[in-house]
Amino acid sequence: MGILLVVTVGYLSLKSPYFFSWSNFHSILDHSSLNAIIAVGMTFVISGGGIDLSVGAIAALCGVIMAVLMHGNWGWQIVALLGIAAGFGFGVINGLVITTFRVNPFIVTLGTMSVMRGMALIITGGIPIYNFPQGFLWWGSGHIGPINPPMLVACCIACLGAILLNTTRFGRYTLALGGSEESLRRSGVNPSVYKVLVYGCCGLTAAIGGLIVTARLNTAEPLAATMFELEAIATVVLGGTTMSGGNGTILGTVLASLLLGILRNGLVILGIPSYYQQLLLGTIILVAVILSEWKASGRR
Amino acid sequence: MTEPKGADRKRFIEVRNLHKAFGHIQALRGVDLEIRTAEVLAIVGDNGAGKSTLIKILSGVLKPDKGSLLIDSIAHEYLTPNQAIRMGISTVYQDLALIEGMGIAENLFLGREETWGPFLAKRRMQEISRKLLDRLQVNVPSLHVPVGMLSGGQRQSVAVARAIHQGGRLIILDEPTAALGVRETARVLDLIDLLRKQGYGVVLISHNLHHVFTVADRIAVMRHGRVAGLMNRADIRPDEIVQMITAMPGQEPSSKDDLVMDSI
Repeated sequence: MGILLVVTVGYLSLKSPYFFSWSNFHSILDHSSLNAIIAVGMTFVISGGGIDLSVGAIAALCGVIMAVLMHGNWGWQIVALLGIAAGFGFGVINGLVITTFRVNPFIVTLGTMSVMRGMALIITGGIPIYNFPQGFLWWGSGHIGPINPPMLVACCIACLGAILLNTTRFGRYTLALGGSEESLRRSGVNPSVYKVLVYGCCGLTAAIGGLIVTARLNTAEPLAATMFELEAIATVVLGGTTMSGGNGTILGTVLASLLLGILRNGLVILGIPSYYQQLLLGTIILVAVILSEWKASGRR
Repeated sequence: MTEPKGADRKRFIEVRNLHKAFGHIQALRGVDLEIRTAEVLAIVGDNGAGKSTLIKILSGVLKPDKGSLLIDSIAHEYLTPNQAIRMGISTVYQDLALIEGMGIAENLFLGREETWGPFLAKRRMQEISRKLLDRLQVNVPSLHVPVGMLSGGQRQSVAVARAIHQGGRLIILDEPTAALGVRETARVLDLIDLLRKQGYGVVLISHNLHHVFTVADRIAVMRHGRVAGLMNRADIRPDEIVQMITAMPGQEPSSKDDLVMDSI
């Protein structure tokens, strides 16, 4: 992962004089931070043996909910907290459906993805909502010296995520869920409780992503954050978390989100049309998944 | 192999007249058995003799229809899985229920993690694991190696260590040597012997009479849901056991409800 990062940076630096500059790195970091935030939540879900396709829809729906509340003259601070709590709630709903009805998480979150996207469209009537208070917008486009709030938020979430995953019971049971849910159950732990919480966390990070998108564009758009799920999943798997669960690395996820940001930036700098980015993202997912399953089966 | 002194042995569980049916199939039909600490009791029998049903009742997975379990002189109609573990009955099933991607300490402490505030006390858990494995004379390359990378015998040992870590005084082993090679099997049999010397009771379910004769103090033969014979190892020969397992003349199952099943 680290080698891949260095090689890519080296190659792009040779190819273009614009690439190796602070302003370009700043823009890469700024763009990667959003994906990194959502991918941290996704790391928990995937290392717990699940998948969440609804993160993009949760981000959009939470953005819309926050927009409506702010236009209803609620203070932006309260609205931000409510929006994030709503994201946690939507994640919990995902988890409850998965555990109660024992349905494949892929299908459940495919369904809730459509439901939440539909709700965002219904609430807005399909029309984007504009104009929010300055305090709210700061979270998308403010400055703290040389860095932006999204970078800071991404750092905080990555650190919290790493601590949670590596040093707490919650993290250990998340990995155990992905390793063998039955063994965890026989150890006297209720796996469903932890599974629901894992999806809750993923919803929470998706909502924070929704907040940043909304604040950055000063627009709550019901069709915002489409394909975020794909990017987050690609990031997690590229980072070294096994698709079938049981292990997970937040550091890997963060590095992978940087690598994807750099690749995307490099394609632009090299003048490759944006359509190819889609193709590249899909190819990366396929290759990363195949490699990670290959590695996992070699270990067994 | 030295015999433990009789004084070390104490009655731990007295199984009284256990009955269990699954629909029309009578799996247990009046089992009486005494299980002691510091002793290896082997339970042998053909498939469908009722061995699995009996150990599932002991470990609280199944409720008997009739009969009772006398544990430390207190009678219980049945046990729940948690009750069984609290009373010191730990079962190591054939699948071991280990998480292969996790290390040894992680597996030993799964569900019972030591914590320091909200954080896992990883070092303390490593130390306790190391001591426990040393006490059981289990050799592993490192506590950090994922359990899936260990050999079959080492995995079996880790599962036994976890049973002891749960507070087990009686360790029930279901076919512990079934999937193991020769050297691995010897290691597991040594571990069973060591458990007995350290005062643990062991109930060993096995199809392999050679293994049974290597470690068992007493052998219970189950047939058609009953204990068809119970004897000291010294008093019997393997071929006599085989004869008891495969049916004595005149005691063939006579009707349909004599059919028994084993693995529910």
